[in-house]
Amino acid sequence: MVTLILAEHYPVLVIVISMLAAFTILIAGLVNKKAAFPISLATIFVQLLMALSILKHVLAEGPIHYQLGGWAPPWGIEYVVDAFNAYVLVVILLLSFLCAIYSKRSVEKELPLKIVPFYSVFQLLITGLCGITVTGDIFNLYVFLEISALASYALIAVTGGRAVKASYNYVIMGSMGACFYLLGAGFLYAVTGTLNMADLSALLPPLYGNRAVQAAFGFFAVGLSIKMALFPLHTWQPDAYTYAPSAVSVIIAATMSKVSVYALIRVIYSVFTLDFIQSYVGVDLALCWIAAIGIIAGSLLAIMQTNLKRMLAYSSVSQIGYIVLGIGLSPISAWGLVGAIAHILNHAIMKGCLFMAAGAFIYKLGLWDIRDFEGLGKKMPYASAAFTLAAISMIGVPPSTGFASKVFLLIASLEATKTFAISGYIFVGVLLFSTLLNLAYFWRVIDRIYFVKSEGGHEDSEREAKKPGVPISMLVPMLILAVLCIVVGILWLTQVPLPFVEQMLYELGVGVLPQW
Amino acid sequence: MVEMLTPLFVILCPLIAAPLILVAGKWPNIREGVTLTAAIATFSLVLSMIRPILDGDVIRYTFFETMLPGVAVGLKVDAFGMLFALTSSSLWILVSLYSTGYMRSLKEHAQTRFYFSFALAIVGALGIAMSANLFTLFIFYEILTVSTYALVIHDQTAEALSAGHKYFAYLLTSGCFFLFGLMMVYYLTGTTDFTNGGIAALAAHNPAHKWTLIILFVCFLLGFLKAAWMPFHSWLPAAMIAPTPVSALLHAVAVVKAGVFGIVRIVCFIYGVDLMTSLGLGILLACIAGFTMIVANLFAIAQDNLKRRLAYSTINQLSYILLGAALLTEPGIRGAMMHIPFHGYMKITLFMCAGAIMVATGKKNISEMGGIGKTMPITMLAFTVGALGMCGIPPAVGFISKWYLCMGTYAAYETISPVMITFLFVLLIASLLDVIYFFPILHTAFFKEPEGAVAEPKVKESTSLVVIPLAITAIFSVIFFLAFILRPVEMLAPYVDILSMHIYDLVDVAIKNVIIP
Repeated sequence: MVTLILAEHYPVLVIVISMLAAFTILIAGLVNKKAAFPISLATIFVQLLMALSILKHVLAEGPIHYQLGGWAPPWGIEYVVDAFNAYVLVVILLLSFLCAIYSKRSVEKELPLKIVPFYSVFQLLITGLCGITVTGDIFNLYVFLEISALASYALIAVTGGRAVKASYNYVIMGSMGACFYLLGAGFLYAVTGTLNMADLSALLPPLYGNRAVQAAFGFFAVGLSIKMALFPLHTWQPDAYTYAPSAVSVIIAATMSKVSVYALIRVIYSVFTLDFIQSYVGVDLALCWIAAIGIIAGSLLAIMQTNLKRMLAYSSVSQIGYIVLGIGLSPISAWGLVGAIAHILNHAIMKGCLFMAAGAFIYKLGLWDIRDFEGLGKKMPYASAAFTLAAISMIGVPPSTGFASKVFLLIASLEATKTFAISGYIFVGVLLFSTLLNLAYFWRVIDRIYFVKSEGGHEDSEREAKKPGVPISMLVPMLILAVLCIVVGILWLTQVPLPFVEQMLYELGVGVLPQW
Repeated sequence: MVEMLTPLFVILCPLIAAPLILVAGKWPNIREGVTLTAAIATFSLVLSMIRPILDGDVIRYTFFETMLPGVAVGLKVDAFGMLFALTSSSLWILVSLYSTGYMRSLKEHAQTRFYFSFALAIVGALGIAMSANLFTLFIFYEILTVSTYALVIHDQTAEALSAGHKYFAYLLTSGCFFLFGLMMVYYLTGTTDFTNGGIAALAAHNPAHKWTLIILFVCFLLGFLKAAWMPFHSWLPAAMIAPTPVSALLHAVAVVKAGVFGIVRIVCFIYGVDLMTSLGLGILLACIAGFTMIVANLFAIAQDNLKRRLAYSTINQLSYILLGAALLTEPGIRGAMMHIPFHGYMKITLFMCAGAIMVATGKKNISEMGGIGKTMPITMLAFTVGALGMCGIPPAVGFISKWYLCMGTYAAYETISPVMITFLFVLLIASLLDVIYFFPILHTAFFKEPEGAVAEPKVKESTSLVVIPLAITAIFSVIFFLAFILRPVEMLAPYVDILSMHIYDLVDVAIKNVIIP
């Protein structure tokens, strides 16, 4: 028996304390409503520290394997954390932590009567997200997928009214997605008799020609595409993002779709492996094309919106396209996977920041329509500045995060021209064109905020300026994310993430970065 | 090759000044003080780098190696970059003085934002001048584009906003082409460094991937739309809506110069003269430049608004630089390189004069400017110098660069293709057109009577902060010319070299980097 060091227990602790906290909040909330927020925040903070220590451990010592209850795989459930999911775990918990800080005042204002249930369900959502990330078992992944989905249905619907309808759409679509995923898992179990990912990837290669295995891949891809709102399966997403409470919009936009993307990459590389994709020419190309269409369509739809949150939601559809494009390119060029994985973090930061700013506009002035934003730069300087920085990152002005993702994806697309011929150049064109589309819809907002002169009188703005400002607890997370947009962008360009990237590519079996 | 921190400090000066300007926004004197101090510090730092560069060194500073193997984000100052850095840093001082006078006289709004964006634009321009490779250049190029937006729409009227949108639509689209070109060069060669004589690995693709290289070059041309070549120029006249110091910045110091600088970089340091010649791209670029020169001048003749006329004149003059590079011969490239600082000094004089007239009299149109030479003698004298320079008439320095360009066409006629002699005539016709639209302005100013009866015209210049900078640039436009003539005189040589900021020596060194025997 190998002596276990503490960090190797963290993957399960991250889940367990989170789930316990969800119930603790409920019970403590009965005694004192004010206890809910501190418990939630403290739990997430501890989880974040654990995630960081897991990441450090994994980078130094290699993957962590944790057997639940001591049952060895393939019979028991195994948690496997390698560089990739340690990284995703950190991304999720970092965003959850900032979102939790942000949520305090926002929830007090928007849902004064439901604070306790909110935090209880919020904590369940995070449990689900973390669970999806750490597990090494495809059925266990389904369980956590459902936990997070059910929690998010509740969180979206919590304000009532139109949100209920939005949530209902999401329930229908999300359940279908989950069913597809479950069918995929079932098919694989029927064929191989195992649910453990490592075991599956060992057993599957001789069965790649099996129709059930191929169908399983299709089910996984479609199911997870619904969950991540990939065009054209995104229809549930704009309403859900728009009508959810501010804090919920932040957390689901920044982390939920990312986790589904994570699951897709995991299924592709740790269950089916690169060989499967490469032996069925066309799977990757099809994925790229869907993503490319999604990138353009999402942006075009975003241009048509006047509701800021709705515009951001469509922008997410487009950005998920970036990530999926990276995944589609990854069998040909390792840069594709680097781009996808970089964008998981980058998009979480940018979209988190944008939704926080949008929430702040609503919090202080009740503004959600872009056309009413004149002079906002003077009334809410910090929130506007954060919004601008994040928007500039979305456009991809160097040296921001968006620029780094774009560079990686561009190289990947250019390398793909070797295999995809003209399609590779089309993807280059799509990436560059989408920059301009992003510019079109984000700059419209920035123009309104700073430059377009308002037609209304000055008394109005003076009265508004006297309204209580956005509380510090909402501003700080927003500004942290805004600064991260630039800092992380520069970090992605330097060689700092290189050891992590190389280890991750090795563990996922994608090969190494090309050298000249 | 020397590793030094100086290039970093050059960038840091305006970069640190920018937030300080924001902080000092409530105290105008401190705010302008910060701008001016930063400008002087930047200029001194740039000057301090002249000596090693004249000795043939290249100063390097690497920020970091990137994830992409073979690409570092870093600065490299060579003689050619130095020319641009000298131009923009020296003119920044004068424009700061000028804008202080101009903005205060007109009581413009949002001055803090103006100075803040201005400092950031200078960061972009200096970064472009000192970039070690295309990747770094792209970063600063985009910073320049975004930071100048706030300047272009300064008025915040509907017209200004639509000009700003046009500006963005053109320049950021062009940024996409640039990014594509940059990535393509990296994909083809594994490097994006500016290499003396061009990147060898790129030239190695020549016969096999000839069309790829040609298309790539066109992408780069589209990527450097800041050079305002026709028919993609209309953002530049539209941007004239901005306050005059901004126009000066756009036209002389930073933006359009960054465009032509980039194209010369591509021609000389990415493709290299030999590859350009064998692909026949020189003729393509020369045709574009020749077309622009003639057509822009024809447009200019039709303008009555002084600033718009100057804008078209800029489009024309930029194409002189492009033509010089396109000639791919030693005198041609020499002319192109010289014209970057020279045009900067002359055009900024003209713009500052246009602004001075507006501050003093509020007049914008040439037809209203009758007799203005009598009321504003210094301004109009400076304007005359600038106008002579544009037309290529001594004693303004425009003559020298134009002279080299003409020699370049002849050299190209001998070495590249007999067709190239056509461009000599294009040059001469363009110069003639220059005369046609500049001399009427002078005629109106000096010889026409003002509208309405005025007993005795009184001298009424604008404030000294406005007049002094434009006088200085006009004087320098002449000094550069005198320096060229007096350089052969041994006794005077050291003094005139210092006075002319060693521009001619720098061009000599730069030419050696480009044309490798």
